[in-house]
Amino acid sequence: MSNTAAATELRSVVVEREIPHPPEKIWRALTQPHLIQEWLMKNDFMPVVGHDFKLSADWGAVDCRVTAVEPNRTLAYTWGAYGLESVVTWTLTPTSTGTHLRMEQAGFRPDQQQAYGGAKAGWPRFFASLEQILARLE
Amino acid sequence: MPNTHDVLFRTLADPTRRALFERLCREGEKTVGALTARAGVSQPAVSKHLGVLKQAGLVRDRHEGRQTHYSAQVGALAPLIDWTSQMTGFWQNRFDDLENLLKRMDQ
Repeated sequence: MSNTAAATELRSVVVEREIPHPPEKIWRALTQPHLIQEWLMKNDFMPVVGHDFKLSADWGAVDCRVTAVEPNRTLAYTWGAYGLESVVTWTLTPTSTGTHLRMEQAGFRPDQQQAYGGAKAGWPRFFASLEQILARLE
Repeated sequence: MPNTHDVLFRTLADPTRRALFERLCREGEKTVGALTARAGVSQPAVSKHLGVLKQAGLVRDRHEGRQTHYSAQVGALAPLIDWTSQMTGFWQNRFDDLENLLKRMDQ
């Protein structure tokens, strides 16, 4: 999908904050499994490009693969859950008072992904996750 | 709009109704008769389910002679599959937890 039409259909979520702690400390929280577990989810993360890992919570699991590691600066991994294929990128920029921390999650909308992956692959997954949501509501 | 979510969830919570909608999504426009042939329920029951789906905006009907053709309106699911709004809330909370953790951590 290297054509420009596909690129413009990407959507993303950006959350950024000024954090009064140095990048090195935030990097530890982003990359050490026992610390990741405290703010994100249980995991078998390793800061190695190509490493496959899972983030797991009581509502399900997220399949991830590390795609970029630049200590104290950049960390990126794929994020696949409930039919959403996306990439999460963390960027740490030192400031005079700590760190500007930016998280961007970019991916395709499930309906667009369905167009790429074929209706047969997309819909059953969507309905399967819908059933799980409904089961939890009861 | 939570009300929109309620209507969509309630409408799709019924397995027979969900199967009808799923089939229209996969196979395109169908008549009530064609849908009944494989639904495992009577034609009046299928018509009733289609009426509920129509009220929720999930299907559209088109009259042609004595036949009524139904098609899925996938756009009606948009409130459920707008992952960006869901994930924004998710990450805001994770950032809060991350900041709390950083306060507890040693330098």
